[in-house]
Parts: sequence; C-alpha cells; structure tokens
Amino acid sequence: MDVSLIDKAIVFLPLVGFLIAGLGGHRLGDHLSQLITSALVTVSALMSIYVFHDVAFVSGAREHVLAPWLSVGGTMLNWAVKVDTLTAVMMLVVTSVSALVHIYSIGYMHHDRGVPRFMAYLSLFTFFMLMLVSADNLVQMFFGWEGVGLSSYLLIGFWYDKPSARKAAMKAFWVNRVGDFGFLLGIFACYQMAGALDFVNLFKNAPQLVDYSVQFGQSSCNALTLICLLFFMGAMGKSAQLGLHTWLPDAMEGPTPVSALIHAATMVTAGVFMVARLSPLFELAPTALAVVACVGAATAFIAATIGMTQYDIKRVIAYSTMSQLGYMFFAAGVSAYGASIFHLATHAFFKALLFLAAGSVIHAMSGEQDMRKMGGLWRKIPYTYALMWIGSLSLAGIGIEGLFGFAGAYSKDMILEAAYAHGTWYGILAFALGIMAAFMTAFYSWRLIVLTFHGQARGEAQVKAHESPTIMLAPLVPLALGAIFAGFVGHEWFASAANGAFWQNAIFVKEQAAETGHHVPWLIKLLPLLMALAGIGLAIKLYVQRPYIILSIVQRLGLLYKLVANKYYIDEIYDRLFVRTLPRLGGVLWHKVDEGVIDGFGPDGVAVVVQKSGERLRRIQTGYLYHYAFGMLAGVTLLVLWPFIVRLYVFFWGGLT
Amino acid sequence: MAFPLLSFVTFLPLFGVAVIALLPILFPSGHEEKRTQASRWIALGVSILTFISSLAIYAGYDAMAGGYQLIEKKDWIPAFGIAYHKGIDGISLWFVLLSALLSPIAILSGFAVKERVPSFMAALLLLETMMIGVFTTLDFVLFYVFFEGVLIPMFLIIGVWGGEKRLYAAMKFFLYTFLGSVLMLIAIFAMVLKTESADMTQMAHATLPRDVALWLWLAFFASFAIKTPMWPFHTWLPLAHVEAPTAGSVILAGVLLKMGGYGFIRISLQMLPEASTHFAPWVMGLSLFAIVYTSLVALAQTDIKKLIAYSSVAHMGFVTLGLFSGTVPGVEGALFVMLSHGLVSAGLFLVVGVVYERLHTREIARFGGVATIMPCYATLAMLLSLAAVGLPGTSGFVGEFLAMQGAWLYRPAVAAVAALGVILGAVYMLWLYGRVFFGPCDKEDVKSLTDLTLREKAMFAPLILFILWMGLYPETFRHVFATDVVHLVGGKGAV
Repeated sequence: MDVSLIDKAIVFLPLVGFLIAGLGGHRLGDHLSQLITSALVTVSALMSIYVFHDVAFVSGAREHVLAPWLSVGGTMLNWAVKVDTLTAVMMLVVTSVSALVHIYSIGYMHHDRGVPRFMAYLSLFTFFMLMLVSADNLVQMFFGWEGVGLSSYLLIGFWYDKPSARKAAMKAFWVNRVGDFGFLLGIFACYQMAGALDFVNLFKNAPQLVDYSVQFGQSSCNALTLICLLFFMGAMGKSAQLGLHTWLPDAMEGPTPVSALIHAATMVTAGVFMVARLSPLFELAPTALAVVACVGAATAFIAATIGMTQYDIKRVIAYSTMSQLGYMFFAAGVSAYGASIFHLATHAFFKALLFLAAGSVIHAMSGEQDMRKMGGLWRKIPYTYALMWIGSLSLAGIGIEGLFGFAGAYSKDMILEAAYAHGTWYGILAFALGIMAAFMTAFYSWRLIVLTFHGQARGEAQVKAHESPTIMLAPLVPLALGAIFAGFVGHEWFASAANGAFWQNAIFVKEQAAETGHHVPWLIKLLPLLMALAGIGLAIKLYVQRPYIILSIVQRLGLLYKLVANKYYIDEIYDRLFVRTLPRLGGVLWHKVDEGVIDGFGPDGVAVVVQKSGERLRRIQTGYLYHYAFGMLAGVTLLVLWPFIVRLYVFFWGGLT
Repeated sequence: MAFPLLSFVTFLPLFGVAVIALLPILFPSGHEEKRTQASRWIALGVSILTFISSLAIYAGYDAMAGGYQLIEKKDWIPAFGIAYHKGIDGISLWFVLLSALLSPIAILSGFAVKERVPSFMAALLLLETMMIGVFTTLDFVLFYVFFEGVLIPMFLIIGVWGGEKRLYAAMKFFLYTFLGSVLMLIAIFAMVLKTESADMTQMAHATLPRDVALWLWLAFFASFAIKTPMWPFHTWLPLAHVEAPTAGSVILAGVLLKMGGYGFIRISLQMLPEASTHFAPWVMGLSLFAIVYTSLVALAQTDIKKLIAYSSVAHMGFVTLGLFSGTVPGVEGALFVMLSHGLVSAGLFLVVGVVYERLHTREIARFGGVATIMPCYATLAMLLSLAAVGLPGTSGFVGEFLAMQGAWLYRPAVAAVAALGVILGAVYMLWLYGRVFFGPCDKEDVKSLTDLTLREKAMFAPLILFILWMGLYPETFRHVFATDVVHLVGGKGAV
C-alpha cells in the first residue's frame, strides 16, 4: 500500500468512526458503534506502528498536503499531514492508547445509555489529536488544539445531567481558552515578525529575530522571548501547569476511560509536544526557557504535595499527572527535548494503565471513588492489584542503571540528569524540586495502593466487589507491557549518542546532550532511585504499620496541611477574582451604563421629553406606527417615481426652464 | 443589451409581493385559511427562486478580474448625475448571496406566525428586495433609497408582529437608525453636489478638501455606527431583537447589521480613505470597548435572546476592528466575520425561536436538561454555539482569527485586548448552553418538549452546511473578494 495513503488513513480513520457512530449511532445500536469505532482506531494504531518504524529508521520524514485552508495576507496555510519522528512518536502513543481505551470502554460503559455518543466523542478526540500532531503550520495545530479541547469538554460533560460534570466541563474549556489567548497572540506575533506561520519557514526566519523587539504600548520586549512565552501560556493551559491547572482535577468528573486517554496519556501532553515542536524557537529565547523550566519544576513539586493529601483515587492520579507534566516541561526548559518526549511516551503507558486500573477498582466498588471507604481489596481483584503495582513501580521510576528498569525509571532519570548537568541556576533548581517530587511520587503511589488494597475493608461495597470482565482487563496487558519495557526498548533511540539520527531535526537536539549523562556523579544518578525507595518505605511504614501516626502528623502540620489539602486555595482565589466578579460587573454595566447612562441621555431621555410635552401622544400611538411607515413609503415612492414626474412635467409644460 | 441580472434578482421578491397582494382576488373572503397558506408557499417559492438566480450572479462574476461587474446603468435625474446604476464587486457579491440565502430561511421560520400572514410574508419579501438593492446599487441616491427602504418593512415586522413591548422597540429602532440616516442623507447631498455626480464608482477617486472629508466621514460614521451597531449606539439592538418575531431577528442580525459594515467599506474606506486613517484609533478604541463591554453585559443576561443580541454587538466589534486596521488580513477577516455572523446569529435566533414557540418563554432559568429531550436540536445548537465562540473548523474562527491578525499588525496591544473577547465569548456562550441544554431535566413543561420538525430541520441545514464550508475551505469565499480587498487597502499587511 502507498505510504502516503497510510499516513493519511491514520489521521482520518478515527474521523470516519466518529461520523459513523455520531450520525448513525442510534440506528446502528450500541454494539455496532463500539465495534466500528474500536476497529477503525485499532487499524489506525497498527498502521502507526509501521509508520513509526518507517519514519524513524527507514525512509525518514515526509509531508502530504491535502488541500489549501487559510490564506493569511497572501500566505496559504494548508491542511496537511506532516510525519516526522516527533509526529510518529505521538501518533504511536495517541492511537495505541486510544485503541486500548476504546476497547476498555466497551466493558466500562456497557450499562450507559449514551454508548454510541461516547464512542463517537472518543474517536473525534483521537482525530483532533492526530491533526494537532501532524500539522505543518501553527494554525492547523491550533485547529487540533481547540478540537481536543472541545472533545475534552464534551467528554467531561458526558453525563451532562450531573451539575458537577457540567461545571467541570465548562471550567476545562474556559481555562483552556485563557491559555489559547496566549497561543493566538503567539501566532499573530509570528506572522508579523517572522512573516510565516508554517514551521519550515518560521524556523528558517526565526534566527533573524534574535535582536528584534516588539513595542507593547510604552514598553518593549524581545520578540522571540515574547513569542515563546505566549506559546508557553497556551501550553500551560492545555497541560495544566501551575496557574492554569485548576481544571484538570475537576475534569475527573468525566468517565474514567476519558481520564485515562485525554487527561493523562494524550491531550494534556499536547503542551509538551508544542514546546518540542517549537524547540528551534525556544532555543533562541533563553529567558523563555528559564521560565519554562521554573514553571515546570514548580508544578512537579506543588502537584506532588497536593497528591499526598487527596482521598479521591482519581484525583490522586490526576495530581500525579500534573506533576509528571511538570517534569516534561522542565526537561524542555533545560533543552532536553528528547528526554521530555521520552517521558511523555512512557508516562502515557503507565499513567493510562494506572487510570484504567483505577477505573477497574471503581467498577468493582460500584462507583465509589473515596479511598477512605476502600481497603482490603487485593484478594477480590487480584489482577487489578497486580496491574496497579506495575503502573506504580513505573511511575515511581524503579530500576537499576545499566541493568533493567521500569519504563518511568529511564525517562525520569534522563530528565533529572539533564537538569543537573545543564549548569544553570534553574537547572539545579529543577533538579532539586524534581528529586523531592520523586520522593513524594513514590509516597502517594503506595499510599494509594495501601489505602485501596490493604488493611481492613472500610465500606460496604467491598462485599460485592468483583474483578472486571476480560474486555476491561485485556487492554491493560499491552499497557502494562509498555509500562515495563518501553523504557528499556526506547532509551537507546531517544537518548543515545545516535539520537540525532533518530530525531532527524524533528526537534532541537543539543550536540553534547548525549554526553551529559556520563558526566553526572554516580550519587546523583542513584539519588532518584533512593528517593523513590524511601517514599515507598515511608508510605508502607505509615499506612500499614502505624496508621494512627498519620493523624498526629496531620495535626502537627496544622495550617500547612490544611493549605495543601485545600489545593493552596487557588480555586477559591480564582472564584473570588473572576467567577463571581465578572457576571456582577456585567450586571453593573448593563443596568447602570446601558440602561442608565446611554439610554437615559439617549433615546429614552428624548422620549420622556417628548412624552411630557404632549399627553395626546399616548392616545394616537397605534396609528402612529402606520403613520410613519406610510410617510416613509410615500417618500420612497416619490423618489422612485421622480423621473416619471419630470417626464410628465416636460410632456405637459414643455421643458423645465 | 445583456439580461439585467442584478435588477432581476433585486425585484423578483417584489413580484412575489404583488402576487400576494392579488391573493384576495383568487381567494375571496371566507377562504382566509387558503389565502394564508398560499401566501406562505408563494413567499417561500419566490425567495428560493431568488436564491437560485443569485447563484447566477456568482457564476457570472469574474473573480480574477475583480472590480465592478454586471453593470446596469440608465440615466435617472441627469441634472444631478443621478442614475439607475447597479453593479457588484467581489465584496458586495457575498452580501447579495447572504441576503438571498437567509430570506427563504426567515420565511420558513415565519410559517409559525399565525396573524396577518399574507402581510407578514409580503413584508419579508419587500425587505429582501430592499436588502439586495442596497448591496447591488452603485448610485448614491438610489443607495440611500434602499438603505432607508429597509427600515420600512423591518419597522412593521417588529411593530406589528412583535412581542409585548413592540411599539417601544420599533420606535427606538426607528429613532436611532433614522437619526443616523438623516446625517447620512446630508453627507450624500454634500458629496453629490461637490462632485456633481452620484456615481459611487467615481466617488472613490474624488479628491475632497481634508476638513470636508473629515466632516463627511463623521456624518457617515453616525449612520453606520448605529446600524452596525457599535458601542455606545447599540442599545436599540437587544430591545429590537427581544421584541421582533424570529424571522425578523434572523434578518436583522443576519443582514441588516451587515449594512453598517458594508457602508464602512463602500463609503468610509473606499471614498474617504484619509479620513478613515485619521479616525482609525477612535474606531479601534470603540471596537475594543464593544468587544469587552458587551461580552461582560452578555454574561449578566437572563433572557436567551438578549444574550445573543449582546453577543452580536461583540462580534460586530471584530468587524470594525478588522476593517479599520487597514490591512489585508484585517479586512478579509472583517468580511468573514460579517458573513459568518450572518449565518451563525441567524441560526442562534432560530434556536431561540424553536423553544420560544413551544414554551413561550426565553428565560434562561426556565430551562435545563433540554439535551435529554431534544437531542437533534441540542446538537445543532451546540454546533452553532461553537461557531459563535470561533472554534477552528467553523466559519467563526476564520473571521475572528484574521480580524485579530489585522489588529495585531495595527498595534499588538489592540489584538491582545480583542483576544480577551475570545475568552469571554466562550464564557457566556457555554454558560448559556450549559444552563439550557445540560443539567437535570426536572421541569414538567421542559419534559413535554418535542424534537425538531422537518420544517425546522430544513431551516438549519443550509446554515450548518455553509458554516462548516466556510470554516474548512474558506477559499471558496475569499478568492472572490481577494482582488478587491487588496485594492481597497493597497496590499498592506500582506507578506
């Protein structure tokens, strides 16, 4: 089969699935909708494996222009499928996780009344995500970017009759729009300054902009720094970085397969992908890179602290996702884009695994998500328990350098080493925060395992708890294999000395990046593992052996614990600042300015004066209307007929003069 | 002489009016029901015929060449250089097609009107003739006639078939727009006397003294700013919309507001370019104010229709923003916003009409969970809402994106403020959608709702088609006006 056809089919098969299930779902019924959408995405996934191999190792990058789309001042932007190594990695991750989630959903959603709609949305999301990663210009990327945002909105709000789901869905869209504000302005700036919106010309022209500055009112700013920071603002929204993260935990209102696919494995990594895609720009803007590193590191740390205090099983994993995204960003901030994307890929496997396993737990518990009401589940759902262990070991990054490790170990170590070796203050800061976050990661992961699976059963649901059906467990097996082996298999490609050949200029690769790993002291290399083991040990010690200690620790921490457990009150602050203020401001503008000032002095003021001057006015009001209409009509008629009137005049009286 | 296609398209609806006027002869009193029914189908048939013939205009226009084409010219009042002069360029072409597309849709939605149906249908057809007349006329006096002529049927539609406060609304609508028109009339007289011609194609080359040009620009601005409407001349619009019947709202938002933007292009930018540049900072300021201010006001609304009316003002802010940026992307964006808003706002007002006809309320709080009861309707409303918030892939994105790109080229800070409107737009639109369609369906009368009828689906189908078309392949539309836009702004802002 033709290669270009395969590339295009990967992107468009999910769209076909969406159209079939979306338009004909009610006629096809649940089973056919599930079958068709899952089959199409699975075909897409299988082809992605082939394309990944082909692009990375055989024939290299390529681009297929589908049709012209948007002309901006004479430059035509195309609908295109551009496949280079970066795209191929993303395609592989997106389609494989999506296919598994499609299959898992057959079991998870079997009792739901909106099955075809659900499957259609999942496929739609997959399509938009693929459009995002295969764009050859910023605007198609924005198309995919907003499209995944829309799918996320529809899926978070899938159970739309639940007010909490409705609220979470809107919040996700709104916060993302705040990020998109930056993305949009970044695009505008690129057009003005680089004169191009397609990646090839943009990267070609960008080096000329190094000393260029933009006037913003009175102040000016380095052009590239501004552009990169604007784009990063978009990335922060999509990837839930500190400040624009508040939507992600709430997004857990959506069905669990959605959380796994969109809010863990793929969509939330779009920001990381964007920074990697634009790495040739970011490399020219060191200030922006420092910001990326700091925000990423802060997010990794802060999210991990919150993760330790949550009791909702999905929220723990959601904060973990946010924290891991922070790792990916500070990796990009220290120019280790390869490591960043590597972590993105391994994270997709183990985090999707963790979420789907959590879904299996929730399924077994008949919908219960509070870990305080769980406990002692491991005998009831042993497979889920084992899978949860695999995911957690990978997340915590357990592995021995040079021998074997779980997937997360390779990518996380690579990131931390790159940060340490970067030699800047923010590199060291990111390393320090990252190491502490690694400890906390291990701690909250085993806290989750112990609270959920061990100890006494604390709720009633455990009695009926049962292992999930095969259709839900089977998709977890490939994910578990990925969580175990993806690092071992992939680290050679992503980070070895040959990585330039693997990436083929798809991202910026630092020449000495491959070497840095060798110059890091062995203690530094060992530190992440030690921290992880310490975190696991502490969690087991506290929650298995001395659960009562927890209470006294919490009490001793007092306000600090309260601050963290309440997510630093960021939601409350935003609520005060925006959510409540804006509608109130709108009301004031409406009643005081529109109705008060403008109308008061304008038409109503005039009307009042007129009305006061004549009481008669009210009595003839109905006739008034026709009166005016008639007047106007007569005037128009007169004008239209003017030539004839003139001619008549001439006819009878002979000449105007 | 070639077939006078433009005149044919302009006056075909008027022919429909004549036929409806003759109906009492066919159906004498006692057969009112038949007369009503006949008037509906005649109006629909004539307006569809008009749309089909308007496609011939599209086919007959040479986009590569650009400029005015399909010219018809006959002397009218030669003493003042006034002529019956028609013609279109790549810009006005689309407004003709938009008017011709929306008219049958409005008429179809007007099938729900139960009182004085033949007059209502006649008013809608008369309105169509006037609208198409505005966009196909190249003589200043005739332009004014059509521009004002639009007011008559619209005034009646609001005043006779409107809601409870229809008289107040119709009067406010009339007072406001008439005030603007008077100033425009004076300006037109001044220009015609100064140049001794009413030929709009020649006017673009007329050189006027600077201070005269500035005063003339202001007079025209008053008229177009009210029509568009720009802040702070917008307060007539929410009221007019709330009181107007659905068909009236569709045409009002879909076409009538565009006459303001069209006037800015055809007269302010084309004939008074220096004055336009001079006043551009003020227009930009008012546009930004409109975008942010009305978006906030929209947030506070409790009536669905009023919310959409306010959102229209915000969208029109993007139009003036793009136009007065004086750049190719800006003006193209403004044109796309106008066309897109014509389709989207028409669709949204139809959405409101659907539930209003069933429940006789537009109070947002009275709804909830409609998606459960009317899935097809909810899907269409979702698509329209997404187009309204400018989601890429819909027509709304193309326009807003290009208009803001133009604004950025004018001043980055201007685009930054305008982009706040993109956030706020998503806030009020999704908030509205969430309140009406999502949530538990616990109200008895909402539970009794029925999904769309075939007639209603037929109203939405063409709108959705063109919204997606314009969003996914805007070249169909752009290549027609590209030459004229470059000509208009002198190629500024192009790479």
